Order: sequence, then C-alpha cells, then structure tokens
Amino acid sequence: MTRQDRRSLRSGLAFTSLWIVGLAVFTAYPVVASLFYSFCDYSILKGPVWAGLENYQQLVHDDLFWKSLRNTLFYAGLSVPLGTAVALGLALLLNQEVRGKSFYRLLFFMPSIVPVVASAMLWLWIFNGQYGLMNAFLNLFLVPFGLHGPAWLADPEWSKPALIIMSLWSTGNAMVIYLAGLQNVPLELYEAAEIDGANAWHRFWHVTLPTIAPVVTFNGIMALISAMQIFAQAYIMSEAANGNGNASDGNPARSTLFYTIYLFSNGFQDLKMGYASAMAYVLFVITAALTWLASRLTRGRQEDAI
Amino acid sequence: MPRPSLRSRITTQVLLLALSAAFVMPFVWLVSTSLKPIEQTLSLPITFIPRAYYATLGGQRREVTLDFTVTQPGAVVRFLTGDDAGKAGFLGAPQLAAAGATVAVVHPVAAGSWHVTQRLGDHLGDSRAAPLWDVIPRDQIESRIKFRWANYPEALAALGGDAEADRHRVGFWTFLANSLTVAVLGVIGTVISNAIIAYGFARLRWRGRDAFFALTLATMMVPFPVLMVPLYGVFRAFGLIGTLLPLWLPAWFGSAFNIFLMRQFFRTIPEELSEAARIDGCSEWRIFWRIIIPLSTPVLVVAALFHFIYAWNDFLGPLLYLTRKDTYTLAIALQSYESQTGGIQWHYLMAASAVTILPVIVLFLFAQKTFIRGIATTGSKG
Repeated sequence: MTRQDRRSLRSGLAFTSLWIVGLAVFTAYPVVASLFYSFCDYSILKGPVWAGLENYQQLVHDDLFWKSLRNTLFYAGLSVPLGTAVALGLALLLNQEVRGKSFYRLLFFMPSIVPVVASAMLWLWIFNGQYGLMNAFLNLFLVPFGLHGPAWLADPEWSKPALIIMSLWSTGNAMVIYLAGLQNVPLELYEAAEIDGANAWHRFWHVTLPTIAPVVTFNGIMALISAMQIFAQAYIMSEAANGNGNASDGNPARSTLFYTIYLFSNGFQDLKMGYASAMAYVLFVITAALTWLASRLTRGRQEDAI
Repeated sequence: MPRPSLRSRITTQVLLLALSAAFVMPFVWLVSTSLKPIEQTLSLPITFIPRAYYATLGGQRREVTLDFTVTQPGAVVRFLTGDDAGKAGFLGAPQLAAAGATVAVVHPVAAGSWHVTQRLGDHLGDSRAAPLWDVIPRDQIESRIKFRWANYPEALAALGGDAEADRHRVGFWTFLANSLTVAVLGVIGTVISNAIIAYGFARLRWRGRDAFFALTLATMMVPFPVLMVPLYGVFRAFGLIGTLLPLWLPAWFGSAFNIFLMRQFFRTIPEELSEAARIDGCSEWRIFWRIIIPLSTPVLVVAALFHFIYAWNDFLGPLLYLTRKDTYTLAIALQSYESQTGGIQWHYLMAASAVTILPVIVLFLFAQKTFIRGIATTGSKG
C-alpha cells in the first residue's frame, strides 16, 4: 500500500467512522448475539445458558409457531401481490394525460404517511361489524339478498382479509415509485410498438412491464420483507376488536397471531428470549429465501419478455 | 404516445374519481366521527354529518339527545304501584293494556315520536341526563348541523388517563413533547451523520469502500425482529430502558437507507468541483462542508422528512423501550388510551387519532414536491 493509499483509506474510514460504530453496535453485534442466544436458554433477568438445538427442536413441535407462520404467509402472500397490483394500476392511470394528475397523486399517497397507530384505530372503527363504515357500504348490496357484512376483526375467517384491505389503503408510496419508473420508459419504444401494430395490452405487456420490472421487483421484495414483519396494526386491532385477552394473543381464535407478534410475546412477555431469537433466525432464513426466490422468478420473466 | 381517444380519457377520469372516493372515505369517516356526539356514532343508519337536535322541554328550548324512536303507539305513564311508584315511563299499547289501573296515563304517544333526553353529559346513559321521560312528536324537534368541536379538547384530556391516579401529572402535552423530542433529535442526527458517512462512500476512493458499501446495503435485508432482543439487551446494559434515548440515539450513527439515498445524490455533483478545491489545498472536510453540503439541500430535506415521519409513526420501538407513562410518545399513548376504554368512545378515539395524524399531513402538504421526488429516487435502485 502506498502512502497515498493509506492516506485515502484513513480519510475514508474517518468519514464513515460513525457508521462503523453504528453498524457494529446496532446491527452486527445484534445479528451475532441473536444467533448465539438462539442456542441458549436466556431471559433478560439471568444470563444465557447454552442449550444446543433445544429452542429449534421446540419450535418444530410448537403449534402456535406454525399457526403464526401460516397466518403471516397468508397475509404477505395476498397483501404484497394485491398491493403491487393496486399501486401499479394507480400509477398506470396517472401516467396518462389526465386532468388533476398531481391532485390525485397527492390523494392516493396521503394514507401511506398516516401513523400506523392512528390508521389502526381508524380501520378498527371502519371494520366495526355493527356501526362501521365498511358494513354500512357492503350492506347496501348485501341486504337485498338477505346477507350481512361479516364481523371482520372479530371473525376468524375475516380478520386477515380485513388487515389486507387495510394494507391496500397505504400503497401510495409504491405508486409514486412506479409512476416515476413509468415516466422513464422511452417513448420511442411505444412508437415502435405502435408501428408494429401492438394494441394497448401488448404495449403494456411487452414494453411497459419489462422496462419497469426491476423497479417492481425491488419494491416488491421490500414490501415482502416488511409484510413478513407485520406487527403494529395486528397487535393493536386484535385486542381492541376482541375485548378480552392480551394484545399478543392474536384473537379471534389466533387468526391474527402473526410471526412477529408471537416472537414479541415469547421474548418480551414470557421472557423466553432464547426461543424468540430462534424464531427471529428462522424468519431471517425464510425472508432471505423468499427474497432470493422472488428475484429469481422475476428475472426469468424479464428475460422472457426481452 | 398517441393522444388517447375521448372515450378512454373519460373512462380514466371516472375510474380515478371512484378510486379517490375510496381512498378519501376513511379520512372523511375519521373527521366526521370525531365531530359527533357519542350517540350519533352508535346509531343506524350511519350518518356523516353531525347534527344537534332541539326540543321544548319544561317550557324551554333545549338541546336534546335522541334516545330511540317509538315504533308503536303507547303512552307516557306514571306508575302508581310497585317499586317504580311515582316514577314516569313509556309503555307500548299492549303493555299499557296489561298494566291497567296500576299506571296513570300522562299523555298518549304516536308511533314515530322520539324519546329524547336533555343533553347534559357526554356519555350514553349518563345518570344526570336521564330523569325526564320526554316523548315528543317528530315534527316538534328541530335539528341543525353542529360540529362537536369539544370532542377534541375532551379527547386530549382523556388521553392522559385518570390524572389523580397517576403519580406524575402527564397528559397530551407531555406525549406531544416526547414525540417531538424523539423526532427532532432523530432528524438532526440523521441529517448530520448520514451526510458525513455518505460523503465517505460517494466522494472518496479507498480500499474496501465498495465491499463495505455492499455490506451496508445488505443490512437493509435484516428483519428487525432479528435485532430486537440483543438491542434491548444493549440499551438495558446502559440503563436506558424507560428513557427516550433508544428511540433517537441510533439515528446519530447512520442508517443504510439514508446512506444510500445521500450517496446517490452526492455522486451526481460534478467531480471537477472537488478536484479544483483539492488543487487549492482544501481538506476533504472543507470540501464536504463548503461545496457538497450547500449543493445538497434537497436530499438533506428528504432524509429529514422521512426520518421525522418514521419517528413520529414508530410503534414497536416505543412499545419495547418505554415503560413509564411520562415517557410515552403520542403513538403509544393513543394505543394505551384505546386499550383502556375498549374502543367504545369512538368520537374521542377518532379525535385523538386525527390530532396524531395532523402533523405528518401538514408537513407533507408543505413539502409534497420534495417528498414525491425523494420517494421516486429511493425506489428506483437499478
């Protein structure tokens, strides 16, 4: 290493020194410690005691663990594709020459910055089976057929769909990103497709989609990672809509016991922090696998199109 | 692109209007509920416009609460015998016939009349509001639109819980101050730390830089639950559980997302500017401070806005680290109020939610252009 090299390394490290500390203390250490704890019997009150694979063995036989995993996959599996479709649909609508474009954009975006606690309260009220807005609207169509809207958050069949509907309200962030992506699609491509006699659908499928596919993939993966960690809204709403019990029970009938909620309840309520760490690592592996899978699948699609 | 046909333009416009109605409805419902008296939140069919009702009771025009609509003819009676002797009540026609001589009819009531009580308290079934049995024909009741603004101060007062039972006198202003402390200190830390760090990644060439940056990006994929237990341990070891510090201190040490955001921006500033300054003998710190920072206001504002909203909206962090009520942020105070009252007082709950939402909405409306541009750049990582 020359003197010049050493000097530039020194200034590089100096500028990034805050991050070196931050990364070490707030990310690297926790990642490693969490892996170690996952092999331990550990509560915050006493130190970790090595327990080998015990936590992982217990997980395999823990029905609630499997339930929480199924609930989470159901939620993520529906809310991410639906959310992507809604965001992309809105972006496509706004990518045309329409009056009031920036007003609409503002409107669709706004829900995505509402604090999750406040939107949980609002949707709790909207989904109120008796006096809520959702059923008042649905009953306009259902009552003539002798049907009524469900109890939503108090009904095990409908509690997850309710949370999915709620998640669609805040897709504005992705919409803004897709809209920017769409505006980067070169006009010449459309003109060329036009000359080749492509109709609107063909243009979308063969020109628009392939060009914005990387953006959709990246944001889809980020959405997937965050959907796998759904916590606040379910934690707040399940207790509120079902009265009795603990916020981390995932009522009704454990239908909203999501992965992070069960992890939180193990780690911070039952103080089984080793067990919670094992759960965290399983989530880490699942998230990484899903991310890899999602990027593989969409890469294939991109190559097909081009 | 060819100019779309009139038909497709109309279709688009109609679709957009319908969709915006769906997106706005929850907000309308929030504001409408927050301005209603409680019984109008619990009545069917649902209404959007809060109203006040007036009737003449005891010779005076008073604001009244509609308790129920009489569905069959009957009479207001005075009970002559039994436990209720001397009290008034309403009986429908069949009960009236069955009661016979045990009651005295005060006046007959037609179906469709309203049973009202004078509005005194704010709660349904308030005992102060229930002494009179006033059943009044519908056409003798006047109504007009009236927003119940008093819900707001009352909701904010209720947010603090039972003040006398608490050791510390805490309430809305404490929670607001806590939320602002966490958000503002976090914003300052975010802007300062990430700008310095991103400069190191964007404008300096050094061994290992690219590998380190790749590692930085990779940390974005780590789910927060993986960090949760050890982080709690770290803050506990330093005695910081129950303080606001764990909520804003990490922002002073950079975050992968903001480093990425600022690096992208710094890289667009022409390298010649730095080179010229280097030839003049400027230190890197001086170049950073004198050249890069003044040109980077847009990205600094975006990072500041994002962090403010993140901190203001955070729920899991405060839930983990805050133990005493006097350290609660607004988000956690709102949740704890809700879980105490069990979601019955929807008018208060919606008013308190609206107050929690308002700062971010106002901030967004003032800075929407910066915001939207910022989001558009962060999402389009190639």
